[in-house]
Amino acid sequence: MYLYPIWVRLWHLFNAILILVLIVTGISMQYTDKQDAVLMIGFARAVKWHNIAAVLLTINYIFFVTGNLFTDNGRFYKIRKENFISDLWKQMKYYSVGMFKGEKHPFPVTPDRKFNPLQKLTYVLAMYVSFPLLIISGLGLLFPETVISRFLGISGMILTDILHITMGFFLSVFMIIHIYTCTLGARPTSLFKSMLSGYHVSEDH
Amino acid sequence: MISTAIRHLHLLLLINLMTSISAVASDYRKAITDPGDSITFISPFYEDNERCFSCHGQKTYEYMNENLELKVKALMFSERVIDRNKFYQSNHKSFSCTDCHSADYVKFPHPGELRMEGMYNCIDCHGGDEKFARFNFEEIESEYKKSTHFQLEKEGFSCWKCHGPHDYKLNIRNSTDIKEAIIYDNNICLKCHSNFDQFQLLSDRDEINILQKHDWLPNQESHFKSVRCIECHSEINDTILVSHLIEPVEKAVRRCNECHSQNSILMSTLYKFQSREQRKDGFLNGIILNQSYVIGANRNEYLNIISLLIFGVVVVIIGIHVYFRLTRK
Repeated sequence: MYLYPIWVRLWHLFNAILILVLIVTGISMQYTDKQDAVLMIGFARAVKWHNIAAVLLTINYIFFVTGNLFTDNGRFYKIRKENFISDLWKQMKYYSVGMFKGEKHPFPVTPDRKFNPLQKLTYVLAMYVSFPLLIISGLGLLFPETVISRFLGISGMILTDILHITMGFFLSVFMIIHIYTCTLGARPTSLFKSMLSGYHVSEDH
Repeated sequence: MISTAIRHLHLLLLINLMTSISAVASDYRKAITDPGDSITFISPFYEDNERCFSCHGQKTYEYMNENLELKVKALMFSERVIDRNKFYQSNHKSFSCTDCHSADYVKFPHPGELRMEGMYNCIDCHGGDEKFARFNFEEIESEYKKSTHFQLEKEGFSCWKCHGPHDYKLNIRNSTDIKEAIIYDNNICLKCHSNFDQFQLLSDRDEINILQKHDWLPNQESHFKSVRCIECHSEINDTILVSHLIEPVEKAVRRCNECHSQNSILMSTLYKFQSREQRKDGFLNGIILNQSYVIGANRNEYLNIISLLIFGVVVVIIGIHVYFRLTRK
């Protein structure tokens, strides 16, 4: 079934590339030392590419939010209150026990249900909580003169940076889990192929 | 064009800020004579010094021309104007003018040959004196002699080119506000390096535009407000608090990592005096956090441990999941 329109796939592709650049450059800045370590790209280069990737990511994020506002793709991100906890529990139980017993997927993918409850919650938290906080704090670090100097006796820059690296860390962990769960399709590679072709192969998780 | 103008404006603001800081607390005429107290100190030589300050304490002075029997009002040569407020807050506030200058200056008109009098340098008074041993003036002198300032202009340069004898005061050692200390120290450099008239006195080089020269520096304004010029332009010396070995420009620090790293050089320079407080609330180089924030130098150990733990737990869970997927097919 055709589930991933071209604009979603393009957004996703750019998002993935930019996030990878931001993780590498972000770690290079945070754990920089006198001598550049292996996998570190050097502070000056890291700052330059982190800034460039961050601006592009922000534009890409605006594109994503706008797309969700003006197309029906946004409906996949709406969480309903009824059975929210119990559905979440069902999905977690399936991932941790059920799938190893050969049980059927409790929430199979349909044209109206692209995400299972656990996916929906984590995607909403990632895209509508972590991303905005990451972008706003990132803009603060890019333009330090806009950050309030002190808040409750603590430097505004420290608070902004801690918020930024915390959100960056959560999104990095999300990315690792996201990539792993994408191997849970009909075949380990089928969901990756879906994000390139747009067509979803059923019987996945 | 506009951004250049804004940058020049910022530079002027920095200089003005320094001036206004110095002008605060100028009531030196209270009846306490502790030289350590800048605000309430009154010089035992106040009246004596007024003989000089009555002319040299402001931009204009008056004298009686006996020959013409005329009272003359004239402009004081700007280099000879000494600000009372700054003098009585400076390190040398307890001095009489004639401690350093000839007693013959009390005569007016001043005898012409006095202009040729030799001037003391720091080491002349402070060298070999136990009272000043903690400042290690001998090492300062030795560093200064190796500095590019002295090497390029052996005759014209002296301590006084940076440390005005009439207004210099200990700065970073006594500072409670590192930002103010940075402005004070940077203005010492900017006095010549952003004022070509002053610069020409010591160099035949063309005018140097400091802002253009530092164009490569990201967030230039933040850097200028947060570190001193000497952080990048001098060689670290562990035996003195403030390095005096100003290096040629080719040797200036240009690698961001030198400051933006766990072993930040700022801990051996700007924060040397306070760096005993190495860690604060889990932050490496925590003392920097009191006034500033340096990416790469200020990481939080607690957050590092928590993030490694979370990362480890995720990897273990994925590993277990993969294991069951492979074994329970």
